[in-house]
Amino acid sequence: MEHIVIIGNGISGVTAARHIRKHSDKKITIVSAETDHFFSRTALMYIYMGHMNYEHTKPYENYFWKKNRIELKRGYVNEVDHPNKRLKFADNSLLDYDKLILAVGSKPNKFGWPGQDLEGVQGLYSYQDLEKLEKNAPNNKVCKHAVIVGGGLIGIELAEMLASRAIPVTFLVREKSFWNGVLPDGESAMINRHIKNHHIDLRLASNLREIIADENGRAKAAVIDETGEEIACDVVGLTAGVSPNVNFLKESGIELGRGIKVNRMLETNIEDIYAIGDCAEQHEPIGNRRPIEAVWYTGRMMGETVAQTICGNPTEYNPGHWFNSAKFFDIEYQTYGWVFSKPRENESHFHWKHEDDTKCITVCTETSSGKFLGINTFGIRMRHEIFDRWLTEERSTDYVMQHLRQANFDPEFYKHFESQILSAYSQQQIVNA
Amino acid sequence: MSLTGDASNYLNPTQKIATVIGLAGLGIIFFSLFHEFANKALWLTIALAAIGGGIVLFAKGSYSGKLEGIKNHGVWIKSVSSRGFWGWVAGISLTGFYVILYFYEGLLGANADGNTGIVALFDPLSKFLSGNPASQWFVYGTLYTVAILAFGIKFIWKYRHNRYEQLRTVSVMFFQTAFAFLIPELMARLNSDDFSLPYNDLKNMWPLNYYAFDGWRVDQFINAETIGLAFLIFAVLSVFVISPILTYKYGKRWYCSWVCGCGGLAETAGDSFRQLSDKRMVAWKVERWVIHSVLVFSVVMTTAVVSTYLGYDSEKYWLTKDMFLIGVAVFLGLLFAVIWYYKREELAKDARYGAIGYLVIVLGLIGIHYFSNSSLFLFEAGDLRSFYGFLIGAIFSGVIGTGFYPIFGNRVWCRMGCPMAGILGIQQRLFSKFRITTNGGQCISCGNCSTYCEMGIDVRSYAQKGENIVRASCVGCGICSAVCPRGVLKLENGPLEGRIDGNQVLLGNDVDLMSLVNGK
Repeated sequence: MEHIVIIGNGISGVTAARHIRKHSDKKITIVSAETDHFFSRTALMYIYMGHMNYEHTKPYENYFWKKNRIELKRGYVNEVDHPNKRLKFADNSLLDYDKLILAVGSKPNKFGWPGQDLEGVQGLYSYQDLEKLEKNAPNNKVCKHAVIVGGGLIGIELAEMLASRAIPVTFLVREKSFWNGVLPDGESAMINRHIKNHHIDLRLASNLREIIADENGRAKAAVIDETGEEIACDVVGLTAGVSPNVNFLKESGIELGRGIKVNRMLETNIEDIYAIGDCAEQHEPIGNRRPIEAVWYTGRMMGETVAQTICGNPTEYNPGHWFNSAKFFDIEYQTYGWVFSKPRENESHFHWKHEDDTKCITVCTETSSGKFLGINTFGIRMRHEIFDRWLTEERSTDYVMQHLRQANFDPEFYKHFESQILSAYSQQQIVNA
Repeated sequence: MSLTGDASNYLNPTQKIATVIGLAGLGIIFFSLFHEFANKALWLTIALAAIGGGIVLFAKGSYSGKLEGIKNHGVWIKSVSSRGFWGWVAGISLTGFYVILYFYEGLLGANADGNTGIVALFDPLSKFLSGNPASQWFVYGTLYTVAILAFGIKFIWKYRHNRYEQLRTVSVMFFQTAFAFLIPELMARLNSDDFSLPYNDLKNMWPLNYYAFDGWRVDQFINAETIGLAFLIFAVLSVFVISPILTYKYGKRWYCSWVCGCGGLAETAGDSFRQLSDKRMVAWKVERWVIHSVLVFSVVMTTAVVSTYLGYDSEKYWLTKDMFLIGVAVFLGLLFAVIWYYKREELAKDARYGAIGYLVIVLGLIGIHYFSNSSLFLFEAGDLRSFYGFLIGAIFSGVIGTGFYPIFGNRVWCRMGCPMAGILGIQQRLFSKFRITTNGGQCISCGNCSTYCEMGIDVRSYAQKGENIVRASCVGCGICSAVCPRGVLKLENGPLEGRIDGNQVLLGNDVDLMSLVNGK
C-alpha cells in the first residue's frame, strides 16, 4: 500500500490527509513537531485571552484520526533523503515514504535587529510561541509593558491579546498607517483610531533600531529608530510578517526560493514530493495573487488540490476569486475580489464610512468599463456566495451597489446601511460626471 | 443566583462593591430564617433591590466604559466560569437550594397555618399581588423573575452591539415578568368561593407544563365557564396549532430563547456558563436518547392521566376514554406515517430504530389499556404522574437542570430533558424554514462557535465544511453568530430547498460557479 507522509499538521496538511482518505485507501502519516493533534492556528490568540482552552481549538475529536486511519507521528524532521525516499528525525528515527507532502508552514520574520534573540523577545505563530508568551507575559505584574514590532494581522492580534490582560502595549508600525500596504487609506485610518480607542500606544512610521538587554540577557527596552526613544518593556513581540519554514531543506536538493518552489500541480522539482500551504512558492504568481500565500483558506485549497493529484486525478491549483477575512479588535473585516491600497491603473475606489467610525466599505471598479473588481468591508458582514457570483458574472459596480442588500450577512434586526451607501455612491458618480 | 464571586484580582472596585451589595441582599433573605423582621415589606424591598441592584452594578463594572464587542476575556481563566473552585461553590449552593425548595420547603418556613422564615418575608408582596400569603413557589417565582430581569440587563449590556440578542432578551424578560409572574398572581384575585381558576401561565405549554391537562385543572377550567374554557382551548391550540406554525416559520427559537421561562433563566443568569456544555459526539448520542425518552414518558403519562379521569365521568368532558385513546393512537400513528413517508431519508439509522421503537411502546401501552379495560397503564396513572413529577419535574429540570449550571452548562435540561424542546426539535429538524447559514468558505475553524454553544452543538464541524446548521437541539440563541470572528454564521428563515446543502465549491479549488448556480 502506498505510504503518503505529510510533514505538518496545520490546515494544509490535515486537509490533504482528509481528502486523500476520502478518495483512497492509502496509508497516511502526518508528522508534526508542534503538537500531537491538529489545532486551529488562528485561534491561538483566544487561548491566551481566555475565550477558549487549547482543547476547544481542535477541530476534530481525538478519536477522529484512528477512525480515519490517519497515523500521527510527533517528531522533528532534520533531513529529507529523497533518493531513498526516507525522512530522518532529530531523534535519529527514520520514516520511509512513497509520496511526501511538505506542509511545513512559516516562521516569524526577523530582520537582523540587534537583540532580536534575547529572552523576552518572541514571535507569535506556533503553539510553543503561545507557551512562551504565557511565561513571558502572564499578567501586568510580570510584564509591565510590551512593545510590538510590525503592523500586520499578527501584530494587531498580539496587541489585543496583551491588552486583554491589561498589559500596556506600544505598537510600532513601519508604515505611515496601519497595514497600509494592503488597506486603502480611509480604512487604515479608521483602524488606527480603533487601535488607539483600545488604549494601545500606536506609533506609526516607526521602525525598531535595537532591543536592549538587562544584566541577565533579558530584553529591557526597545529603541525607536526614527526618534531614538527608548521604551522600557519586558516583552518584545516580533510580528513583521512570516516567511516559509524551509531551513531544514537547504541541503535536500529540493528547489527553494523564499519558499519551496512548486508548479501549478504543487509538485516540487523532485518527483513524488509536493509542497502546499504557507511554505509553497509558485514559479509564476496566479493572477493578482502573490507567489507565496500564507493564508488559511489557500492552505485549505492546496490541501484539497494535492489530494486529488495524489489520488490519481491530476489537478492544477486553481483558486477561485480571492477572498479573505480578519478581525481588528472589535471590527470584522472581509474582502472579496481585489481592492488594493492604491487604485492601480484604470481602477477607481469608492469609499463609504459610517459616522460611528466602526463601519466602512471600499469598492474597486475598473474605470473604463465600470466593472466591479472587489470590495473591502469593515463592520458589515457580507455573503461570500453572492460576491463570488457577482465576480464571476462580471457585474458592474452600479449593479453591485444597487443590489448590495442581497449580499448583507449581518444578524437579524441589525441596522442596514445600503441606502446610505447607495446615495453616497450616486453622489460621487454625479461629482465625477 | 450567584454573583460570580471570582478571585479578587479579576474584579475591579465596582464589581467588588456590586458583589457585596448583591450578597448582602441574599444575606437579608437568609437572615430572615433566624429573625422575624418587624417591617417585612421594607426588608424584602431592600433585599430584592440589593440583589437586583448588585447584579446591575456588577454589569456596569464589567461593561461600561468599554467599546462594544465580544466580552469573553478570561472566561476560561476565572474559576467561576471554568468549573474552578467558585464554580463548584456556586453549583453546590444552587443545588442545595433546589433540594430544599422541592423537598424540604418547611425549612424555608412554608406552613399552611402561617408562614415563618423566608416564606413569611415574602408574604407582603404576595398579599399585595394576589391577596394570598406566600408559598415557597412564590418565593422561588419572585427570585426567578428578579434574576431574569437583573441578569437580563447584564446580558443586554454585554451585547449592546447586537440587536438580535437585545430583542430576544427583552422578550424573555417580558414573558417572565408578565406571563409567568404578574398575570397569574393578579388572576388569583378573581378567585372567590364560587369561581376559581388554576394558576395559569399561558405561555407554559404542555408537555413542558406536564400538569397542563391534569383532572383538577381541567375541572376548574370547565367550571369557570367562558374564561376557563378559553384558557383550555388556548392550551390545546398552542400545542397543536400555534406552536407548529411558529416553529415552521421561525424554528424552535420562537419559544426556547424568546418566550420560555426555563430558557429565559438559562440565557440570562446562565449566560456565564454556556461554554460548559459538552460538545463531544458521545454527548450528542446520549442527548438524543434521553430527551426523546422523556418525551415518550410524558406522552404516556399524560395519556394515562387524562384517560383515567375521562373514565370516571365522560359526560362532563364530551369525550369518552375510548375515543380519547383511539384518538391518541390514530394521531401518533398518522404523525409517524407522515414523517416516515416524507422525511425517512433524513433520519439516521438510530433515529429510525428509535422512532419505530417508541411508537411500538406507546401504541402497545395504549392497546393494553384499551383492551384490558382496566385502570392500569402497567402502573396506576396517578403513580406515573407522581413519579414523572418527581423525576422529571423536580430532579431533572430543577436540581440538575439549574443547580448544575456552573458544572454542566446552562441548558442541560433544555438539551437533555425538556419534552417540549423534544417536540419542537423534531419539527425544527424536519419541517421548518429555520437554519444557521454558513458563509461560503470563510470559516477558520477557530472553535468559538462550538465553545459558546450552550446546546453542545459542534457548530464548527458544519461551518468548516461550508454546510448550514440544521439541528433539532438548536434554540437559536444567536451566540455562535455573535462570537464568530469572521462573520461566518447567520440565523435565518428561508426556503426549504437547499436548507442543509453544503457550499463545498466555495471552500476549495476550481470554483465552477455556473454548476453551483445551476444546481441551486
